[in-house]
Amino acid sequence: MAVEAPPTPAGTLAPPRRRKIPPAVLLIAPSVVFMALLLGWPVIQGILQAFRDENGFTLDFVTRMVQDPYFWPAVRNTLLLIVVMIPLQFAFAIGMALMLRTNPRLHKVHFFVWAIPLALSDLAAGLVWLAIFNDRGYLNSALSLFGIEGGSWLAYDNQASMFMCVLIAELWRATSLVLIIVVAGLQGIPKDYDEAAQVFGATFWQRLRHVTLPLLKPSLQVALILRTILAFQTFAVAQALTGQNFPLVVGETYRWYTGLQNPNVAAALALVILVVSMLTSIFYLRALRDKNQGGLR
Amino acid sequence: MSTPVDTTPIARQKRNRFLLQAACIAVSLFMLIPIYLISLAALSTRDSLNQFPLSLLPTNLSVETLNAFLGSTGIFGALGNSLIVGLGTLLFAAIIGVPAGYAIARYSFKGKDPYQLFLLFTRALPIVVLSVPLARLFLTVDIYDTTYAVILLHTALALPTTILISASVFLSVPIDVEEAARLFGCTPLGAFGRVVLPMALPGLAAASIFTFVMSWNEVLGASILTLDHRTLPAQVLSSLSDSPLAYRFAGGFALVIPSIIFIALMRRYLTNMWGSTIR
Repeated sequence: MAVEAPPTPAGTLAPPRRRKIPPAVLLIAPSVVFMALLLGWPVIQGILQAFRDENGFTLDFVTRMVQDPYFWPAVRNTLLLIVVMIPLQFAFAIGMALMLRTNPRLHKVHFFVWAIPLALSDLAAGLVWLAIFNDRGYLNSALSLFGIEGGSWLAYDNQASMFMCVLIAELWRATSLVLIIVVAGLQGIPKDYDEAAQVFGATFWQRLRHVTLPLLKPSLQVALILRTILAFQTFAVAQALTGQNFPLVVGETYRWYTGLQNPNVAAALALVILVVSMLTSIFYLRALRDKNQGGLR
Repeated sequence: MSTPVDTTPIARQKRNRFLLQAACIAVSLFMLIPIYLISLAALSTRDSLNQFPLSLLPTNLSVETLNAFLGSTGIFGALGNSLIVGLGTLLFAAIIGVPAGYAIARYSFKGKDPYQLFLLFTRALPIVVLSVPLARLFLTVDIYDTTYAVILLHTALALPTTILISASVFLSVPIDVEEAARLFGCTPLGAFGRVVLPMALPGLAAASIFTFVMSWNEVLGASILTLDHRTLPAQVLSSLSDSPLAYRFAGGFALVIPSIIFIALMRRYLTNMWGSTIR
């Protein structure tokens, strides 16, 4: 159970203190214990659950997971969604943040509106876009005003349009998280650099490429890690929009757990997510290595 | 370039300015139109939702659909559960997380870097990984299908963020005022309670709202850990497949409205909470 021992006492730079046990340890200990119990322990249990039955070690659950007809489509959809969505989201978020930086009219209102989806769950986003994309929904109604006959965007045999619907819903909901991080990052960059580059005649794209983006790198790194990990967990959007027709890995976990009552296969699926999330985080940390890293701010 | 006054740059700047405004408005419309439409759908009668070209303007508003949604079984209970879980999570996360955040901001101790890395790592833990084993643990200690189970899970999920955010909030309180209070005879606790806390309170409140929002929105863990005592999103999710469209729209509306209020409450803190805090 002991996953992480509480940090050992040896503070030096702290404000004056007289006690034997450094107060920092006392302050931190509850959180370490709590997280070891409720984060560390379940991870270990999850691994055991996926690979062990009454008779000891087994790969049964993994084979069942892989042989399930929904598994590979779910993996494919999840990866496809991430590969297409993340670059789009970052392009939009950086563009939106740069627009806000020029202080357009009503920029506070715009910022508020763009931040609203930040507090939305993916289930809510799915339901919102269901009202638009369903066969008799607002998109087809609007199209019919122009005399265009709409399609069944969410029909099970129309994978491409289903993918587009999920993509649009996720873009709508989750771009604001990236936006907030990028805006915060931009606030930390003095405008002087940009202006200096401008004085020396750099074009907009040159300034973006050689001044703004390098300075934004730490923020972008955090945003990439957070956003990708959260993107792997997307499922309620697809569930609300398409039911089972557009499987995603986490949705499969939910189905195995609640529908098929098999927590072991569900745990195996959860491990797939865990491993892939960890690998991507490590990849990002390496790819966007930053010299002055570690430590707050 | 031979003309004495070249006005093209100014004209271009004007045009750029105009395009910029237009782009901002376009993005805002993209964000707002779906919210408008879900509100419209939730506030229409069931009959008008069955017509085909749906009216895009609020022609016949009624609360019939919403009333039916709120009156359907489990929704009121789920709303109450969501509130209890959200407030419980907020309280737990604050009690455990704020001291740790203070320690990160004010003390340097051995193991601080590993601790912060550990926090970053826990943010990367997918909820699914935790929920399935926790369900079994909670079954054995007999708190499965209670609001406590969900509160514990949500606190664990929110804790890393709470710690990092409160650390940055405390960092923004100058250490000088605290030292001054100590100099004038306050105990460490007294200095914290009388000087630091009042200054940090707005930021901490914003962090708490964020915790609440996270708990309010979390779907998967809540639906795995409960059967009868579901939170609102879990309830909506579980009845998704066998409910009429009108019910789903009303459910979506009920989930959207709080988020607008949350963001309105904390819009001033959005950037400084996410900005310096995260790393």
